[in-house]
Formats: sequence, structure tokens, C-alpha cells
Amino acid sequence: MNNNNSITTINQEKIKNNLSYRAAFMLILKRDITIAFRHRDDIINPLLFFVIVVTLFPLGIGPESSTLSRIAPGIIWVAALLSTLLSLDRLFKSDHDDGSLEQMLLSPHPVFILVLAKIVAHWLLTGLPLIFIAPLLAVLLHLNENSYGALMLTLLLGTPILSLIGAIGVALTVGIKKGGVLLSLLVLPLYIPVLIFATSAIDTAAMNLPFSGQLAIIAALFFGSLTLAPFAVSAALKVSTN
Amino acid sequence: MQFDSINAFFNMGGYAFYVWLSYGVSTCLLVALFFSSKANNQKIIKKIAQRQKRENKLRQAAKLQNEQNKQNKQNKQNEKNTITSSEEKS
Amino acid sequence: MWKWLHPYAKPEITYHFTGKILPWFSYLATILLSIGIVWALLFAPADYQQGDSFRIFYLHVPAASLSMGIYVGMATAALCSLVWQLKLADASAAAMAPVGATFTLIALITGAAWGKPMWGTWWIWDARLTSELILLFLYLGVIALHNAFEDKTLAGKAAAILTLVGVINIPIIKYSVEWWNTLHQGATVSKLGKPSMTMDMFWPFVFCFLGFALLVATIICIRFRTEILARNSMRPWVRELVEKVEG
Repeated sequence: MNNNNSITTINQEKIKNNLSYRAAFMLILKRDITIAFRHRDDIINPLLFFVIVVTLFPLGIGPESSTLSRIAPGIIWVAALLSTLLSLDRLFKSDHDDGSLEQMLLSPHPVFILVLAKIVAHWLLTGLPLIFIAPLLAVLLHLNENSYGALMLTLLLGTPILSLIGAIGVALTVGIKKGGVLLSLLVLPLYIPVLIFATSAIDTAAMNLPFSGQLAIIAALFFGSLTLAPFAVSAALKVSTN
Repeated sequence: MQFDSINAFFNMGGYAFYVWLSYGVSTCLLVALFFSSKANNQKIIKKIAQRQKRENKLRQAAKLQNEQNKQNKQNKQNEKNTITSSEEKS
Repeated sequence: MWKWLHPYAKPEITYHFTGKILPWFSYLATILLSIGIVWALLFAPADYQQGDSFRIFYLHVPAASLSMGIYVGMATAALCSLVWQLKLADASAAAMAPVGATFTLIALITGAAWGKPMWGTWWIWDARLTSELILLFLYLGVIALHNAFEDKTLAGKAAAILTLVGVINIPIIKYSVEWWNTLHQGATVSKLGKPSMTMDMFWPFVFCFLGFALLVATIICIRFRTEILARNSMRPWVRELVEKVEG
């Protein structure tokens, strides 16, 4: 906790000395990653959850490889949604509790930059590891060999969207005591388009057809949420910290 | 009139269950929504009224206490005065 | 041009104004709905293909389109409350959410009851039904967020942000669900074409639609007035009003 605070104070001092946008962005990013590496289980637990959920499906459905490879894209993606949701809570919670979030909002820098840095840090810590683990799980589920590239690409483009949209939900619920269940109710319906296009891209790839169309739409969703979500997040944070 | 008899009307050309189910459920939901909205309205008025009554009571109690305090003070003053006057007399 | 609207930013004036128009809404809704429902159930001809199950149409379609319309209304109110900091816009958005959720539920249930005789199952992952279901989730999220905050103004602001995020997402969701549906066409049961509407089917529909719209207006008015009272309970005019009502 102490280190935490010292980082924030350094942060503020630097911000006072007219930090450029890029420097502010990098500062927050580094800070969040440093803090996360002190609580390693926060990074590992959502990943374990992801692995366990995926292994539960063959146990529930049966080990026939044809069925499994048919439903593999859906399972991997739904598990990715859920594990992202699980890790989202960390995004603003501790900062809100120790007051550093308010400090950030009060700093002279645009909240957009700071929020974006926090979201990028969250994606680096949860989305990126997910992408590395996903091919292993795809092997367990007998995913069609042609689909691996599509799986990686959709995860690469799709998981940032999950972090960006999820951040809106967390920002809205961070001031509420029992925000966890509410968060899933708010965020999951908004994840539906990503799920639909990502799984369909993987399915199309399995049939050896071009899936660039779906990928383009996911990319459009990514850039759309990249430009719009930080605004919504900063507005929501202002409401929550009040 | 599309139906020959009341039975035919209730039978709805064999789709009775589905038609009456949807009309019934919709009516129930709408009536429930309407009356719960009405009840909420009454409830909030009652709540405000109750709070106002409580506030009025508190205010009156405070007033009463104020007056009593004043009277007590005066009584004490009077007693003092009488005591001092009696002492003077003696 | 918009000057005439300015007095209505004052809660007191709006409260009395809605009190004045409320009876008109409710009378008109009663009249139109009773004409429309009786016409739809008794006098409208049965569809040549769907028979009398077509009469569910007179409930399903108004409910479905109103559920979406109410969301758009809520989003407009949310935008007004965020941009111009209008407290009354907050109150009206809070009033609309439960009404919209109820109409979405009605659209879903009547859709299922219509689908059973037509498609053979209660539920198919039809594009319209699916997006209606997702709309219900969005409504429930807004209502849950409203209830989660103790402070009504904070709740209103948070819900306004969520509503706007939702309204940007609705077209995307709707488009993606439709696209997903055409992709998995094999899974759906044979779908009937659009029923051909004749004029004697169209008029009861108009009455039903307008009746339901006015019913929505009536209920939203009642809830809106409740919200205004709850948010202004310490104001002198509310005190006077309550004293007058409660005696």
C-alpha cells in the first residue's frame, strides 16, 4: 500500500511539472503494471478460471471430437468474456478505495489519456495472456486446424474491445458496494456483437473460406470503442467518485 | 362479427390457448404496472406527509421546551427575588 | 424558438402540467384501447394463412415497437440530462425504464405465444425475438443501476451514461443478430412470409397502437410525477401540495 502511495505522489509531482500526454500515458501504464505485478494472483486467477471453464465443457458435453470442434470457438470466446469480466473489477477498485482515482481526475491532464492508459494496462495483463493460452485450449477442444489463425486474430482484435466496454461498466459500478453482479448485467449484453462476429470468423476459417469481412467488422468495433469508450468511462468515473 | 357463437369466439379457431394466453398475460402485466405506479405515487405522498408531521411535532416540542425553559428561568428569578426581598424584610 | 419550453424546466410547473394532461391521456387510452381490442378480437378478419392466431399480432407489434420507442425516448432524456443538466430529464428517464421493460416482456411473451402455433416451438432464435431479448437485458441493466444508488441524482446520471452507451450499441447488436441469423439459416424452422394486411386488418391495428401509446404516456406520466415528488420532497411547493392532499 505504501509503495502504492509513493508512486501516486511521484505521479502527481511529475504531472505538476507539465507532463506531455505521452509521458502521462506511459506513467500510468507503468504504475498499473508495477502494482499488478505485486499482486500476481490477480493476473493468474482469471487465466485459471478461463482454463477451468473451458475444460468443464467437454466433461459436460462428452468427448466426441466432432461435437467439440463444432462448439470450440463459442466455448473459448464465452470463457474469454467471462474471465475478462472477472478481472474487470480490479481496473478501478483499489484506486477508488485509496483515493488515487480522485487525484487522477483532479490532475490537469485529460482524463481520456489516463483512462486509456489504465485500460491498456488491463488488457496487457489479462487479454494478452489469454491470447497465449487460447491455442493450448483449442488443442484440447479439437479446434479445426485451419481456424487457429482466425482464433488468434479475433482474440487479438476482440479482447481490447472487451476491456474497453467493460471499463464503462466498472466505472459506473465502482462506487457501489455490491457491484460485481450488477457489472455482468450491464456489460454482457454489450459484448454480444463481438462474440457473434468472432465466432463466425473462426467458423468461416474452419471451412477454408476468407474471413476478412468479419475481421474488418471486429476491427471497426475496436476502433469505435477505442475512440468512444474512454469518454464514457471518464464521464462515469466523475459520477461515481462525485 | 367474425364468430358465429360465443363458443367459437372462445375457441379462436383452435388457437384459443395461445391467443388468450397472450391477451391474458399482457393484461395482467399492464394492470400490475399501472396499479404499482399509482401505489408508488400514493406511497411517496404518504412518506412526505409523515416526515412533515414528524418535523412539525419536533418543532412544536422544541417550542414547548423553549417556553418551559424561559418559564423556569423566570420562576427561579422570581424565587430569588422573593428570597432576597424576604431577607431584606427580616 | 424554444423559449416556450423554458418554464417547464421548473419541477412545479411541469408537475401541475402533467397533472392536467394525465386524465386526457388516460381517457383517450381507455377509449382507443377498448375500441381497438374489441375490433381486433371480434370484428377483424382472420388471416387466411395463420387463422385466428393472427389476433396476437394486435398486441405483439405495438408492444414491440413501443418497447424500442421508449428506449429511444429514454436515450433522448438521458442526452438532455447529461448535456443540459436537466434534473427533470433524469426523472423522466427513470420513469420510462420500468414501462419499457414491461412492454419488452409483453412483446417477448406474445411473440412466443404466436410462435408456438406458427413455428411449432415456443422460442426460436429469430433475429427480431433475439434482439428483443437483448433489449430486455439492457432495460434491466438500467433499472438495476437506478436501484443500486442511494442518491437519486447520481443514479440518474449513471443510468443516463449507460442508456447512451446502450443506444449506440442497439443498432450494432440488431445488425449483428440479424446477420448471425441469416448465417445460421439452417437452424430456423420454416418462416412464414409477412402476412398481407388488408384495410379491415389495418384499422384495428391503428386503434390498438395508438391506444397502447397513450397507455404508455399515462403510466409514464404517473411515474414521472412520483419521481418529481421524490426528488423535490423538501421544496415548499411539495409541502403545500402534500398538506392539501393529506389534509
